[in-house]
Amino acid sequence: MQPINTFQAKAVALPIENIDTDQIIPARYLKVTDKNGLGEALFTDWRGEPDFVLNQAYAQGAGVLIAGHNFGCGSSREHAPWALQGFGFQAVISTYFADIFKGNALKNGLLPIVVDAATLARLTEQCLANQTIDVSVDLENQQVHVAGETISFPIDAFSKHCLLHGVDQLGYIQAQEAAIQAYEANHPARVNTVGA
Amino acid sequence: MAKTLFEKIWDAHVVQAADAESPATLYIDLHLVHEVTSPQAFTMLRERGLTVRRPDQTLATMDHSTPTTPRGADGIIPVTDEIARKQLNQLIQNCSDFGIPLYNLGTENQGIVHVIGPEQGYTQPGMTIVCGDSHTSTHGAFGALAFGIGTSEVGHVLATQCLLQQKPQTAEIRIDGTLRPGVTAKDIILAIIAKIGVGGGTGYVLEYTGSAIRALSMEERMTICNMSIEGGARAGLIAPDETTFAWLKDRPHTPKGEAWDAAVAYWRTLPSDEGATYDLQVVLNADELAPMITYGTNPGMGIPVTGNVPAPSDLADDSQRMALDKALNYMGLQPNQPLIGQKVDVVFLGSCTNSRISDLRAAAKLLDGKKVADGLRMLVVPGSQQVKRQAEAEGLDQIFRAAGAEWREAGCSMCIAMNGDQLQPGQYAVSTSNRNFEGRQGKGGRTFLASPLTAAATAINGHIVDVREIL
Repeated sequence: MQPINTFQAKAVALPIENIDTDQIIPARYLKVTDKNGLGEALFTDWRGEPDFVLNQAYAQGAGVLIAGHNFGCGSSREHAPWALQGFGFQAVISTYFADIFKGNALKNGLLPIVVDAATLARLTEQCLANQTIDVSVDLENQQVHVAGETISFPIDAFSKHCLLHGVDQLGYIQAQEAAIQAYEANHPARVNTVGA
Repeated sequence: MAKTLFEKIWDAHVVQAADAESPATLYIDLHLVHEVTSPQAFTMLRERGLTVRRPDQTLATMDHSTPTTPRGADGIIPVTDEIARKQLNQLIQNCSDFGIPLYNLGTENQGIVHVIGPEQGYTQPGMTIVCGDSHTSTHGAFGALAFGIGTSEVGHVLATQCLLQQKPQTAEIRIDGTLRPGVTAKDIILAIIAKIGVGGGTGYVLEYTGSAIRALSMEERMTICNMSIEGGARAGLIAPDETTFAWLKDRPHTPKGEAWDAAVAYWRTLPSDEGATYDLQVVLNADELAPMITYGTNPGMGIPVTGNVPAPSDLADDSQRMALDKALNYMGLQPNQPLIGQKVDVVFLGSCTNSRISDLRAAAKLLDGKKVADGLRMLVVPGSQQVKRQAEAEGLDQIFRAAGAEWREAGCSMCIAMNGDQLQPGQYAVSTSNRNFEGRQGKGGRTFLASPLTAAATAINGHIVDVREIL
């Protein structure tokens, strides 16, 4: 994973709450065996509506999505962050994210930025009034600079470290090989799917 | 110190404890794999030259993109979708290359991953179980900590049998009382989600407690835990008890003899201790519950079947009002209208929520000697090949066929509509599945989630009915 720290991007607003991963990418696009081309299927059913935000000329090149509460609920499909990144998004702003989506996003370098409800309402309003707003993200300092204000956001220390340094989580677990072996030595397997 | 069921399982699986900088490393007892969320993880293993650490704790099946259409004269289930075939072949190759047992399409124990795990006795109390599928929460019915993961994490578990995990909070969902006739486990969980909302459980593991839960069968408990994710929860749990042990005994992969006795002795230590505390408590009374049905485009938009669709104008919050307005527009429903009498085009009986033998028996009992309404299509899709065989041994397939329903092979089918089993744009379905998201059962399709009883009653009448009136 490439390290990320600061980036500037244009934000667009999609002020709908509980956006589920079936909307982000419908299941009929999950028959692939790789990660390519999913950006084209992002919100594909909603993009059938000419008025949908991502169909607008001003939305092209957007890197931040300002969404409604509880973004990414539903299925565990990691195709959701892959599709958002395939379109060009680097971050999503919401009041909270579904647990599995959030974990998937962080592992792919898509930043889930959590803000309070009043801040989200303010950013959404400004974005809708101007079609887009310019956002500057500073992960090291956990800040978003937007429309003249600075907004702090939380992120767990480990995810932040991994994103800042491009640390691969699998490599981190593999480095615990001795502890895993010790655990297995003390805890016989509870099932055997191969034999039995 | 008094511990909850969740804390006992968690503590028993910590390989490396969390500290200020890092999450805990958790050991995974059982990893279930299917065709849709695993290919990219196997690709990662190959790119890095890694092996699967514990193929003996890994089990694969195919269910999501598999056809459920009847077998050909050669006994083989035909796969006509070339992209799906490529994905299924990729799983076969991956399992072969990495030594993972696979329940291949149409073989005797193949089926929906969350149906076959318990059925074969792989799912046991006190275990940690993961799968690249959000409905892994189903296995929590046995007192196992079971949750869905993404494809990156599938790769982590394949390579290390471990996961990095932030410790979730705990919530007790307490349901006391007695269910009335016509009210089922599905109605309990739809009522819970209607109460807490689709985001209400975010960050929590839910433990379902109370006399109404204790009275449920294992299959009903699976229905409850299955939809924990629809309330946003990381997992759902029900403490193991005599019902659990009796259901598991003599399953193909449960311990036998003295090992069984030792396992049961351990399982008896798992229920939450007297005085253990939760971060949140929600209470429902089973006596007050009615058959539930959803009217909108997420599982939290549910009402008693005799209720009226809510009106956006009654909501003060802007985003909630807009969401309801959007949902009703998609569903083609009017504010304040009743759902009783709503015409339905398709009834789907199936999915990891409600495709087990007891679900099929309940629906067949209502359909016995009756006909599906003119013009209505009913699909009955058993959760596994074993469920299918059992149903056929009991003659349930004949009841469904005689009623005019389609009797299918096992799989996820119209719950996720990846395999050609789907609604047409604008069609209404009453579905025993778990998600009514826009387009979930086919682009433009409109879903009412309900119990197998409500689904069967609707199929007979052609419109939504209160099943209590025909019992």
